[in-house]
Amino acid sequence: MIYREAGEFKASYREDMAILPIRQDRWFMWALMAVAFLVIPSIASEYWLGTIMLPFLILALAALGLNVLTGYAGQLSLGTGGFMATGAFAAYKLATAFPELHIIVVILLAGLITAGVGILFGIPSLRIKGFYLAVATLASQFFLIWMFNKFGWFTNYSSSGVISAPPMTAFGDFFVTGPHATPVAKYLFALTLVVFFAMMTKNLVRSNIGREWMAVRDMDIAAEIIGIKMLPTKLKAFAYSSFLCGIAGALWAFVHTGSVEPLAFDVNRSFQILFMIIIGGLGSIMGAFLGSAFIVLLPILLTNAPHLFGLNIPVDIISHIEFMVFGALILFFLIVEPHGLARLWQITKEKLRLWPFPY
Amino acid sequence: MKLTKMKTTIIAAAVIAGSLAGAATAFAADSQFIGSLVYRTGPYAPGGIPWADGFADYINLLNERDGGINGVRLDLEECDTAYNTDKGVECYERLKNNGATGMPAVMPLSTGITYALLDRVVADKIPLITSGYGRADAADGRIFPYVFVPPATYWGGADIAINYIATQEGGYGKLKGKKIALVYHDSAYGKEPINTLQALADQHGFKLSKFPVPHPGLEQKATWLKIGRQLRPDYVLMWGWGVMNATAIKEAAAVGFPREKFIGVWWSGNDADMIPAGKAAVGYKSLQFNGVGSDFGVHKQIKKELYDKGKGSAKSAGNTGEVAYNRGLQSALILTEALRAAMNQYGNKPVTGEQVAWALDRLSITEERLKEIGADGLFDPIELSCVDHLGKGRAKVTQWDGKQWETISDWIEPNSEMLRAMYEASAAQYAKEKGIMPRPCG
Repeated sequence: MIYREAGEFKASYREDMAILPIRQDRWFMWALMAVAFLVIPSIASEYWLGTIMLPFLILALAALGLNVLTGYAGQLSLGTGGFMATGAFAAYKLATAFPELHIIVVILLAGLITAGVGILFGIPSLRIKGFYLAVATLASQFFLIWMFNKFGWFTNYSSSGVISAPPMTAFGDFFVTGPHATPVAKYLFALTLVVFFAMMTKNLVRSNIGREWMAVRDMDIAAEIIGIKMLPTKLKAFAYSSFLCGIAGALWAFVHTGSVEPLAFDVNRSFQILFMIIIGGLGSIMGAFLGSAFIVLLPILLTNAPHLFGLNIPVDIISHIEFMVFGALILFFLIVEPHGLARLWQITKEKLRLWPFPY
Repeated sequence: MKLTKMKTTIIAAAVIAGSLAGAATAFAADSQFIGSLVYRTGPYAPGGIPWADGFADYINLLNERDGGINGVRLDLEECDTAYNTDKGVECYERLKNNGATGMPAVMPLSTGITYALLDRVVADKIPLITSGYGRADAADGRIFPYVFVPPATYWGGADIAINYIATQEGGYGKLKGKKIALVYHDSAYGKEPINTLQALADQHGFKLSKFPVPHPGLEQKATWLKIGRQLRPDYVLMWGWGVMNATAIKEAAAVGFPREKFIGVWWSGNDADMIPAGKAAVGYKSLQFNGVGSDFGVHKQIKKELYDKGKGSAKSAGNTGEVAYNRGLQSALILTEALRAAMNQYGNKPVTGEQVAWALDRLSITEERLKEIGADGLFDPIELSCVDHLGKGRAKVTQWDGKQWETISDWIEPNSEMLRAMYEASAAQYAKEKGIMPRPCG
């Protein structure tokens, strides 16, 4: 009824090929942006901004990175945590060695360094595929964390091996890291970066590079026969994916926690991100966000739920209930829609076009 | 059909949204809120449960026996972190504004969560009390105004362990040429003692060999073959955690390394870690920053006021003497004594984190006060100041006899002069990186 494109005519290729060809979708997106940039910062409490929205955004960025590699280019990776750690440690080294650098520059450079590391660990992908590649990337996960633990240079010889972000401003007095940064400032900073990179990724996967990735994912031999070069295509996917993961890692260490030890990026983090894209939807930008929301927000909601209903349950039982309900929900969603939440979103949109008179 | 389905969905959504909005939690305005970050679940729960029980029992004892502190009832809320840093940060943020005045202090009970909260507590003005874990250099209160580390630090622990070895060998002079190995959890926590041990090795001429064990520490065969067959050190120190402890002790037994020469830090000295190692653990030694057993006045009162009335947190009064339980008691004691001091200064009503930080800056838990509480011999007196956020930092050595810990030394005092210089140097480095101006003291 409301969501219908009848009467919208595309007069040019440009309009026809727009990211959001339907007017209602564009309105929805603008409304979403307005809510994210204006409404949430003004009404959400510190707890919501700092503890729920910030990790959600940063992990969504990491999931976006992994989705490029696994969802679009079809290269299964378990090294996300290692790449996030690389981003975090690179940002720390840059920020402490060159204190005059702007935080955006630090974060982008950290992303580029991670991209380099990603290319290095992507080289084996030319020869090994599928589960074997997952194991090879798992090795990168363990190697990188071991390296940051082993060599004191990465932590400026801190006795505990923990890195801690210096206070930095985005502009003027607008602190985004350190103890004087407000949750609103951190949230807006992370949101701006995440929206920017989500847009960039969306455009990238619609370009020839993205189409090459998808061709490789769907059938690598066929892709090679039609003239797609395997090595550069796969390495581009590794580079861009690691770039995003590195930025997510730098944001996690600098903007979210402020201080971080390598264990914060252990293999559990890699699995967490992998589950996000599986539940959210492989090969979908929306899926990265939905998956991150599911994995980050749902456990928090579940632990808070008994309290909200005024039930006085011991904390250990709440924790166990959370595990069980969360596990059951994952199973439920994957049975109902094996292609992830993004597919459910798409089905909802299709149904909505016919609502309320389905045929 | 479809319409009814959608209606149900909408109603369900409305119900959830309504309950979310309407769930303002009721707190009595005249009671003091206490938030406690515990891990009753997860891989380290066997060590976390007794701690949480000890903490809760002491708070409940004050409520039952005295009606709280200075007439202000204590309102304890636990949050389960499962020893997971992400969850711990969420718990902290959720609890920090509860009650009339917010959380008066936070005890995260995990090195990872401690690091994640370092910036946040400065912004929120909530003291962070890390008893026997966390950043050792936070002993410098000028650079860490909101972090407190009584009763002991890892660096102090390392020094105490070497001090004890020296006494066993007949003086520091005898350490020359000795071989000491350190088996440690390869994380921020396990790496803390290395610098101190290295400095001591250079000073006294013993040889330090380091053996990192990757998390979680179940695979130590190669490590112990090397220790037991090749290196054959005179002593082994351990900075282990969770399942790593029992595994190390069993491997030490397998290669025939004498358990009497195997000394763990306090986190390698939980009852829960010794029992799985069985007979292999007999003779193993561990540092403790608290006394062991349940023969103290405070335990008797807890039994009388709580367990005899069915209000205890642990399964039975028999569980109240565990090392981890006593640590929980000690943390609760430090917090409540600080609350009492803050109330004496600012009036008998709920106090804020800033007021508690003021009290912690001059916290004094004397021998006499410990006697009144019934905890003399159980805990060491603590005196803090604006500059010194640690106190004496003493610890005891205990030995496992197969069933329980036996205290085998008096309080050992670390070399405060050397350590103080190290704390200040490390804190200064942190201040430089973070752009912190040391606050004036005195």
